[in-house]
Amino acid sequence: MKYHKPTSFKEAVALAEGAEGVTRFLAGGTDVLVQLRLDIVTPDTLVDMKAIAGVKDITRNEDGSWDIGVAVSGAEMTEHPTLGKEWPGLVEAMDLIGSTQVQGRATLVGNLCNGSPAADSVPALMATGAVVTVEGKNGTRQLAVADVPTGPGKTSLAAHEVITNIHIPPRGQNAADAYERFIPRTEMDIAVVGCAVNLRLDGDKIVEATVVMGAVAPTIRIVPDAAKAIIGTTLDDAAKDKLAEAVRAACQPIDDKRGTIEFRVHVAGVLAKRVAQTAYDRARTAH
Amino acid sequence: MSNQAVSTTVNGDPVQFVCDPRETLLDVLRDRIGLTGSKEGCGTGDCGACSVTVDGRLVCSCLVLGVEAEGKKIETVEGIAEGPNLHVLQEKIIEHAALQCGICTPGILVAAKNLLEKNTNPTETEIRYWLAGNLCRCTGYDKIVRAVQAAAEDLRKAG
Amino acid sequence: MAFDTQTEKQFKYIGTRPKRQDGVDKVTGHALYGADTYKAGMLHGAIVRSPHAHARIIKIDTSKAEALDGVKAVVTRADFATGLTGENWNILENIMADKTALYDGHAIAAIAATSNLIARDAVKLVEVEYEILPHVTDIKEAISEGAPIIRESSIEANVPPDHHKNITRRFECGKGDVDVGFAEADLIVERDFTTEAAHQGYIEPHACLAHMTADGKGELWCTTQGHYNVQRICAALLGMETSQLRVTASEIGGGFGAKTTVFIDPVALALSRKANRPVKMVMTRSEVLRATGPASSSWSTVKVGMKKDGTITAAQATYRLQGGAFPSAPSESPAQVTFAPYDIEHAEMVGLSVMTNRPKQAAFRAPGAPMGVFASEQVLDEMAQELGIDPIELRLKNAAKEGTRGVHGPTFKRIGLIETLEAAKAHPHYSIPLKENQGRGVACGFWFNFGGSTSVSMALSEDGSVALSIGTPDIGGSRASMALMAAEVLGIPYEDIRVTVADTASLGYNDNTHGSRVTYAVGLATIEACRSAVKEMCKRAALKWGIDEEAVSWEDGYAKPSGPNAGDFEPLPLKAIASEMTKTGGPINGHFEASPNTAGPGFATHLVDVEVDPETGKTTVLRYTVVMDAGKAIHPDYVEGQMQGGAVQGIGWALNEEYVYGKDGRLQNTVFLDYRVPVASDLPMIDCVIIEVPNPGHPFGVRGVGETSIVPPLGAVANAVSNATGVRQTDLPMSPPRVLKGILEKQKANG
Repeated sequence: MKYHKPTSFKEAVALAEGAEGVTRFLAGGTDVLVQLRLDIVTPDTLVDMKAIAGVKDITRNEDGSWDIGVAVSGAEMTEHPTLGKEWPGLVEAMDLIGSTQVQGRATLVGNLCNGSPAADSVPALMATGAVVTVEGKNGTRQLAVADVPTGPGKTSLAAHEVITNIHIPPRGQNAADAYERFIPRTEMDIAVVGCAVNLRLDGDKIVEATVVMGAVAPTIRIVPDAAKAIIGTTLDDAAKDKLAEAVRAACQPIDDKRGTIEFRVHVAGVLAKRVAQTAYDRARTAH
Repeated sequence: MSNQAVSTTVNGDPVQFVCDPRETLLDVLRDRIGLTGSKEGCGTGDCGACSVTVDGRLVCSCLVLGVEAEGKKIETVEGIAEGPNLHVLQEKIIEHAALQCGICTPGILVAAKNLLEKNTNPTETEIRYWLAGNLCRCTGYDKIVRAVQAAAEDLRKAG
Repeated sequence: MAFDTQTEKQFKYIGTRPKRQDGVDKVTGHALYGADTYKAGMLHGAIVRSPHAHARIIKIDTSKAEALDGVKAVVTRADFATGLTGENWNILENIMADKTALYDGHAIAAIAATSNLIARDAVKLVEVEYEILPHVTDIKEAISEGAPIIRESSIEANVPPDHHKNITRRFECGKGDVDVGFAEADLIVERDFTTEAAHQGYIEPHACLAHMTADGKGELWCTTQGHYNVQRICAALLGMETSQLRVTASEIGGGFGAKTTVFIDPVALALSRKANRPVKMVMTRSEVLRATGPASSSWSTVKVGMKKDGTITAAQATYRLQGGAFPSAPSESPAQVTFAPYDIEHAEMVGLSVMTNRPKQAAFRAPGAPMGVFASEQVLDEMAQELGIDPIELRLKNAAKEGTRGVHGPTFKRIGLIETLEAAKAHPHYSIPLKENQGRGVACGFWFNFGGSTSVSMALSEDGSVALSIGTPDIGGSRASMALMAAEVLGIPYEDIRVTVADTASLGYNDNTHGSRVTYAVGLATIEACRSAVKEMCKRAALKWGIDEEAVSWEDGYAKPSGPNAGDFEPLPLKAIASEMTKTGGPINGHFEASPNTAGPGFATHLVDVEVDPETGKTTVLRYTVVMDAGKAIHPDYVEGQMQGGAVQGIGWALNEEYVYGKDGRLQNTVFLDYRVPVASDLPMIDCVIIEVPNPGHPFGVRGVGETSIVPPLGAVANAVSNATGVRQTDLPMSPPRVLKGILEKQKANG
């Protein structure tokens, strides 16, 4: 394995383009090193992104949007004085990944590029409407986060492409997000079901909503029918039942060591109701 | 193999080593620097026995590559006591019998010290969640949590 | 060794809570565990493991691995002793496959190379040709028609021919006539229960450093619960004389029973012998989970008859325990243990050992008992509810006491079960009101406890300090307990005694640190070794004073003239006797060698409250109280530690820990991420009540405490979850999917 520490994205792309065999980009390393240790993937080329200027920055732009660097760790997001006030769901989703120790390293981009359908931060990130900037040999392009994962362990990025930034739209008024996952313990587990909800109110009524489910299908998925079930409502019990129904209808989970199909489908509905309520309560008190 | 030379600081001492890029910081600390206080319980970041700080940030040294240590400041369990003087957490761990076999103790100490540096008045719940990545199979955590609470109390008294 | 009536007096050191002597080493990172030593020229070993649950090994081609730069030796089964029988053969077959891979993770070959990375690379270059055979990993399937027969040659002679060929052992015990007992019953309940395999989950993987030299001698440093046992087994597997192998026990990072056997130690020795260099081996966590023994999985059938007043009239049970591809599941244990806490006239208990394509089960804290108690204590709980009797009262009504003959045969001497039940009943925990979706569970547990062969040696220094050598690895603070007992006998401060775990060449044979035996048996030997030194010190004082040896007594660290000579001479302190010892007759040492067999049975009662989320089936443990009879708590902190640790391991086993095998027979959860042991945030504080009903077979009254603590929690937690959900929990783990399924089925049935 060859280890490189480029100082620009351009150099990183060039390294990836020129490399033979398997290339991995290293930011937090909490997936790359585990795969290395378990002999799942031993990269031939490892490109450490942390020496590139700006990768550890969290920036609030003038229009209220945010840019998050590709090597910003979960702990840095949690410790940020204002990010979590505007996007509590995104920050809590990231914070749920692994231990305090893992939080010291793990990154949003890493979680996204690992391609796991059970990734905790990705549903929350999708719910925000985030867009990533991708740099490759043919230049840069913008890509909605929702378009990045294509299947378990797979993304739409080419081998020479690297994510250089995450852009989160302005929070705006009367809106909030939330994320929750189901795990059998209180910590240290992979989500059996994950759910993110981002919504906006007009008075007591929901006027915009995005509902995203994790660990219930081959990829994390936005469930438009679930959003429809609650838009125009005050999240009364009937709306929540419809939400649960829509979420359950969108589930295509598998039976595995972490949960059964039956369990995942049921809990997806339970979780969606709880998370929507949290987001709704937050939005009511948001400015 | 394309070994690389790395210069770093461990517990305040300048250290140079050469390692294969596949070696983790934990491998390097143990096998190349001779600091075996950090333990490998899992190698996958799930047990916390290898906890160290890198530039003050708590991490699992099994999830950091040795080559990533270049230019960093690493602190391990061996650096917690000052000469013959144990840190209050070390004292409390012994006093409260908060170890049985002791294999998780180095990681618990590094993690708990990092917590108390940020918060000298953590609740029981905060201690339990902060240490959720430090597995202990012997104690059931009860005495560990009490030892951390007692150390925090001493630190608060000391101001 | 009888209970000392003189010790009814106030103890000076026993029962205090001094700092453990290895504390500083262990909080500074200096303590050396299995993987923490190095030798010049040392190689690193790694093992090639079967990816198949059951396969014939056609060919092992190691040529590519051997060609890799840095590879120094490769061993296979051919490099070990032949002609072994019995358990030695089973151990060898487990640590290195011969003709057949018997489970996912079974060792096929091993490599030593100049670095760990090269050894791991070389493992990938070994080409093994397999013929895949049908496999079975589930206990029920293993004894169903059509299941592949794993090894017919292991079936013991007393197994009836009508039993399935994967049943290798049948054990029976009981008393009376269960037909008579059931005829007397007003209520009879019969239920089936299953439990999954749980791993001991020690945080330190197996590790060793082996060095065989050209003269046939060997040195082994390893993490173990018993280095004499390692020495004996390794010598046999390597075909060498036991005494030519010196084994030193490292500090041990947990074992809970599983480090009473060997896995990699003989392999490292074989590699070292072949390479003529020291070889270090350290297992990965995945190897630990795949290829070292978890506790058995089980399938139990329990039937109990009871009168309306709660009197148990009969108990009948069959416990089937899965032991992997080896005939060693401890099925006799649940048969003996589960109903032992109760005075039952008619009982019939059967234990069956079942073979599957899983790793060889290993001892785990009261082996075989927790899964049996999971079944029996739930049946009692259900019957108490049916009859409207408080669960503690039901147990008190039937509780065994001094003179009760247990269903397993022996008649109990003085035991403390009733005291634990009374204390549990009186504990504030038992009267805290419960809310919706909450439930309380009660369960009792019994464990025999063990004595075992023990050698202890103590040496007095001229300055009056004492070196105590024991041969049992200190897994949870036992050096502190030994020093306390020595201090009590010698009458010198705890700090003046240094306790060392001696290697196999420095002290006589010792059984493992297991069976809850160390504080009891090694403590007893420590007391007697110190008493023999005291006798010698009294003799020296008698010589000095010119009086009879018998006219000198030992009190609180001083030799005193007694009887007719009382008051004639100034008492002589230990320090004075020590300083003159070389002039008064030579060094003063104490020894004791014995196999005490009067270990006091241990009893405990556990209380637990849980809350179950009715929408997800997730259980939260709200509070937990352990009440246990320790006989006499030598160092109460470490007694509590055993109580808390056992309870929490039981909580993990009850709620989330399990071995998940795929249809392909491969273990799916081979990392701590998916083998879910409890983490700090999963738990409340664990309250402890230490009961002290002295063991009549120990000078200070000590009973073992390590194992009894894990006997009740599976049953206690299951009773709590059953009560919270209204659904009887017959299967472990009580993971959210399983518990939720029960809740939803009940809701459906209730409309």
